[in-house]
Amino acid sequence: MNKIFIVARREFLTRVQKKTFLLTTIGVPILIFAFYAVIIFMSVKSTSDFKVAVVDQANVFNGKIDEKKSSEVIFSFVNEDTATLNKKLEQKEYDAYLYVPAGFSISGQSNDSLQFRSAKTVGLMTREKIESRVSKALEEKRLLSMNISKAQLDSIQAQKELITFANTSGKKENQTKVGVSYAVGFISGFMIYIILFIYGTMVMRGVVEEKVSRIAEVIISSVKPFQLMMGKIIGIGAVGLIQFLIWGVLIIVIQLAVPVLFPQLFEGMQAQPVQPGMMAAVDATKQQPDMIKGLMEGLNQINFPLIVGCFVFYFLGGYFMYASLFAAVGSAANEDMQDAQSLLLPIMMPIIFGIVIMMQAVNNPNGNLAVFGSLFPLTSPIVMMARVAHGIPDGVSTFQLILSMLFLILGFFGTTWLAGKIYRTGILMYGKKVTWKELWKWAVKKN
Amino acid sequence: MSKILELEALRKYYATQKAVDDISFSIEKGSIFGLLGPNGAGKTTLLRMITGIFYPDMGQITFDGKPFDPLNDIRMIGYMPEERGLYKKMKIGEQALYLAQLKGLSKAEAMEKIKYWFKKLEMETWWNKKVEDLSKGMSQKLQFVTTVLHEPKLIILDEPFSGLDPLNANLIKDEIFGLAQRGSTVIFSTHRMEQVEEICDHIVLVNLGKKVLDGSVAEIKQKFKENQFKIRLQEKPANINSDAFSVLQDHSNDLVVKIHEGFRSNDVLMHFLQQGTTIESFHEILPSLNEIFIRIVEGSSALTRSFQKVD
Repeated sequence: MNKIFIVARREFLTRVQKKTFLLTTIGVPILIFAFYAVIIFMSVKSTSDFKVAVVDQANVFNGKIDEKKSSEVIFSFVNEDTATLNKKLEQKEYDAYLYVPAGFSISGQSNDSLQFRSAKTVGLMTREKIESRVSKALEEKRLLSMNISKAQLDSIQAQKELITFANTSGKKENQTKVGVSYAVGFISGFMIYIILFIYGTMVMRGVVEEKVSRIAEVIISSVKPFQLMMGKIIGIGAVGLIQFLIWGVLIIVIQLAVPVLFPQLFEGMQAQPVQPGMMAAVDATKQQPDMIKGLMEGLNQINFPLIVGCFVFYFLGGYFMYASLFAAVGSAANEDMQDAQSLLLPIMMPIIFGIVIMMQAVNNPNGNLAVFGSLFPLTSPIVMMARVAHGIPDGVSTFQLILSMLFLILGFFGTTWLAGKIYRTGILMYGKKVTWKELWKWAVKKN
Repeated sequence: MSKILELEALRKYYATQKAVDDISFSIEKGSIFGLLGPNGAGKTTLLRMITGIFYPDMGQITFDGKPFDPLNDIRMIGYMPEERGLYKKMKIGEQALYLAQLKGLSKAEAMEKIKYWFKKLEMETWWNKKVEDLSKGMSQKLQFVTTVLHEPKLIILDEPFSGLDPLNANLIKDEIFGLAQRGSTVIFSTHRMEQVEEICDHIVLVNLGKKVLDGSVAEIKQKFKENQFKIRLQEKPANINSDAFSVLQDHSNDLVVKIHEGFRSNDVLMHFLQQGTTIESFHEILPSLNEIFIRIVEGSSALTRSFQKVD
């Protein structure tokens, strides 16, 4: 039996049999879903309206702000002075009031401005809603005062989204598709970033443990140091793969199970805006299916087999390339983990550069930086995911993808060869604080 | 008897020192061999070359009549390094099984041998315990078992008794004798000389990367003896001085004498017999290995060696 396999099996089994493995593997997705469920639940539930009293002394709004009735901010027009309104704020009859002084005019020539008072600090979302509705109403009033008829105004507002975005091949680009690609690229790039860190440090800790517990030399007398290192890397890689497989299955199961178990949650989401007989409500109900339709279209246009395939490739490629480096650092460490921390920095740098370039690449998949980052093996696992999410050939050409994969494989051989030599020396070296200069000497010395 | 291991002009140089500098010796099959030397003499480097962890820069290792092939011959060697340990969180049974499988044993084979050894050393109840629950002596015993489990032809033990109480040390010592009787060869590395005198057939002393002594324990003692004898007399005669010897110690009726060049022990006896004294006992004083060791090693500290230049 191959010794790498025996080592890998031990590394795999000891980790998988731990209680913490089960806890994180099953607990994490459940926690994430519970988190989402709470957010959805809260957003469905929290419909306590924000009541704003409007004192329109200049009679600018003519008794109403706009046609919207169903949204969370309710404007009601009153005729009271500020003192009583302040009192009513305290009594919580209103949440806030908007005071339009008598000298206010829509032409903007007066010095008096609108005043907004609230009892408590107004949340950002509510504030934005109030601001946009009021300024939109004012804008309309201004346009109307410039002799533009209501019909003209409506037709101007109706003439939106006349630009169709398309690429040179004439394929129409749905706006939501770009958005979905962005999200998929970002999430998968970020996941690879996390994987490199979590499983990389797991490898490092394993090596340090072997060295500190002084079992390394016992094992080295039965297997080659390289076999021990590779066995550990493969074993932990298998743990990661299994973990992701379980997460994938769990996510699908939960996604299917939640609507069945909690139907009211989704009914509530759909029922909320429907209030018959109201223009706004009709608008809203029309909008939502549009968005969902767009989202579905966007998702359909994404090449998932390609993305999943690339994810697995770059996950494994990136992991194997970095894991050997982490192992090399672990082999140079002593009882004091602090030593390892300082040696770790040069390895972390390219990973962090990767995530920085990736953030650019999701926006501009064909920029120079993105192309470089997706070809350079130390950053490509993270950056390429951002580009692949935009599809072939929009985000990345087939040639570049193949080149990047080739470079990654070469990079893997390069780092593993280098790290193997450092590891062989480091694992038997005790009680000495090692610098990068020394690691480099170990890596390049003969035999 | 044939040789299990022959080293020929072995060299291993590090950047700052000559760890092993031209060492040759050979070990008989079935013998217990002592590899001695002060700290930093190059013992560990030498052992690492014999176990295939390091490659020698120069020289030849012959294992069981053939050039040493680390990849295959490693199965025939059991090595218990000085810096040793076990996986703390792993169960003892699984750990022994894992280490045996790494040596190339099949699972069934390994299980059978583990059961045999655990029974022999009264460790059967330990199977499901973790190493972190064991005392130092207990884990030492486990370490010994994992070293000899695969019935190696060559067993290398680096300071095997450190941390063992006399009872367990005797237990392990008996096992070492037993293994040697069944045909295994044992290399025993230590700087505890009294253990060496007790156990080893043959020793090699290394210092500063070079071999300084090689021979059987009796031979070496003979070589380093200083012709000193101890003599006990019933009553001291008037004249205890003679041309044949000089008196080193004179303590009531006990004398320690050093025989001069060209004289024999009989000359000492003759001298006293002629004076009519009754001799109660007379025996040669041989130096202990400890004395020999100190005599050779003294003055060549490992510290000066680390500044030695390699040319």
